[in-house]
Amino acid sequence: MSQAAGAPALAVEGLTKRFGGVVALDGASFTVQEGSVTGLIGPNGAGKSTAFATIAGFHAPDGGRVALRGRDITGAAPWVLHRAGLARTFQIPRLFVRLSVIENLMVAAPPQSGEILPAPWFARGRIAREEAALRARAEAVLAQLNLSRHADAPASALSGGQKKLVELGRALMSGASLILLDEPAAGVNRTLLREIAHTIAALNREHGITFLLIEHDLDLVAELCHHVYCLAEGRVIASGTMAEVRADPVVAEAYLGMAIEPT
Amino acid sequence: MEPLLLYGATLLTLAGIYAALTLGLNLQWGLTGLMNFGALGFVAAGAYTSALLTAPPSAMHVGGFGWPWFLAWPLAALAGALLALPIGAISLRLRTDYLAMATIGIAEIVRLVARNEDWLTGGPLGITGIPRPFESLGQPWGPVAFLLLVGAVVALLYAMAEATARSPFGRTLRAIRDDEEAAKAAGRNPAAFRLQAFMLGAACMGLAGAMLAHFFKFMGPDALDPVTATFLVWVMLIAGGSGSNRGAILGAVAIWAVWAATDWLAAQLPGELATRAAYVRLFMIGLALQLILLYRPQGLLGTGR
Repeated sequence: MSQAAGAPALAVEGLTKRFGGVVALDGASFTVQEGSVTGLIGPNGAGKSTAFATIAGFHAPDGGRVALRGRDITGAAPWVLHRAGLARTFQIPRLFVRLSVIENLMVAAPPQSGEILPAPWFARGRIAREEAALRARAEAVLAQLNLSRHADAPASALSGGQKKLVELGRALMSGASLILLDEPAAGVNRTLLREIAHTIAALNREHGITFLLIEHDLDLVAELCHHVYCLAEGRVIASGTMAEVRADPVVAEAYLGMAIEPT
Repeated sequence: MEPLLLYGATLLTLAGIYAALTLGLNLQWGLTGLMNFGALGFVAAGAYTSALLTAPPSAMHVGGFGWPWFLAWPLAALAGALLALPIGAISLRLRTDYLAMATIGIAEIVRLVARNEDWLTGGPLGITGIPRPFESLGQPWGPVAFLLLVGAVVALLYAMAEATARSPFGRTLRAIRDDEEAAKAAGRNPAAFRLQAFMLGAACMGLAGAMLAHFFKFMGPDALDPVTATFLVWVMLIAGGSGSNRGAILGAVAIWAVWAATDWLAAQLPGELATRAAYVRLFMIGLALQLILLYRPQGLLGTGR
């Protein structure tokens, strides 16, 4: 194992990101412990999604450092991080709309030998065998997400909640051990919400996958997350268990009178 | 009988060469979503490469080297791909619409180089004496044999394009075309995949250029113009159905037939109008495209994907 012993799954130190004059991230620091489900909460515009994009290599940071299991990954490209075991989902699902549901998952597997020219022209037997194995893996993930009956439907035909599940499925296909989930419950109906919550908890417990999730549904955060960070104006203003963070007056002030008590 | 056979062979040979070109554009646009408005540049790269390698020695330009066509054609495809490499490597890292602008520019640059670098290309006089395969068979079997050769090349390119589109490589290209950011999240490097598709399509265009040079037995800066080498190919792909390799071939044959028919029609016009034939032809091609898109918006065989 190349990972440093005892290093957290993810360590973010002083992460800064500016867009023109707007400071989206202003020296945010937090850690995600190996095997945990960690929550990232905060009012709109706090910099949560920017933090995800910057960690996962979609934006170049203007400052700070990101370490994956002790290894510096600051500014690494998304496809490099994917191979290193870090996957992310999007707040608004971004599926490959002209691909089928199962193809959406298959594309997100680790790089395939059939993706390297000229193999598609000459090694078709081997590729067919690899594809069968990959399809079986994708089918297993779809079964886990209760999406089996939609396998061959175009991804554009799914409901918003199902699209969220396909996003999660794509992250699972990568074999990632650390998954960043951007609002897994947004726009999802109550039944599907329970399903998603169960799936995340089960993946964490049974497969040891570490999650960092952004979520506005604070009850869900309380249910799933071992540790929570509250972000405001690009900085971490509170951390602890959900109960501790909820009780912190600084957090209530950041939400500016927003009801953060359960309704 | 013989003139008809010869006319048919000429018509189908050119349609076949256009099919190779359209298959190349379909790899770039239909499968990957890359806008290449400079097919002419890649056609010219292949045409000049094969012309110089196969033509007899001449004092007017470098070479020729008198190679057989079957050694020169693969290198013509390679020339198309190599021309695409720097353009793609630079512009595909930016937004994909920049590629469209870059290809327009490169096509003009290739044309200017062909016209002005006499030592390399023979300048405005071009390269003559390019041997046409099977010419020794005489009329009409020589042209028929060449047509069969072009047909075999198109069949090979079709098989290659289909295998590409159906492979995991093709699936990743379609994913990137659908959503680049999501493709990154899925662990794929969009620029690297796009560059390969761009080069592959350009190789098809280079090969088409080589076939064209051997069919004309001549290559010069005026043998190719943007209307026939770039615009017509787009019309063929859109009419046949972007995304479908069979559509690309059908579109090439159908639009080439319309193009040839307008040539005949224009010749029937009285003197005054015949001089206007050039734009009348373009108008008729545009009309044909409009009609197809009106009644089959996805093209003749398009998947609509």
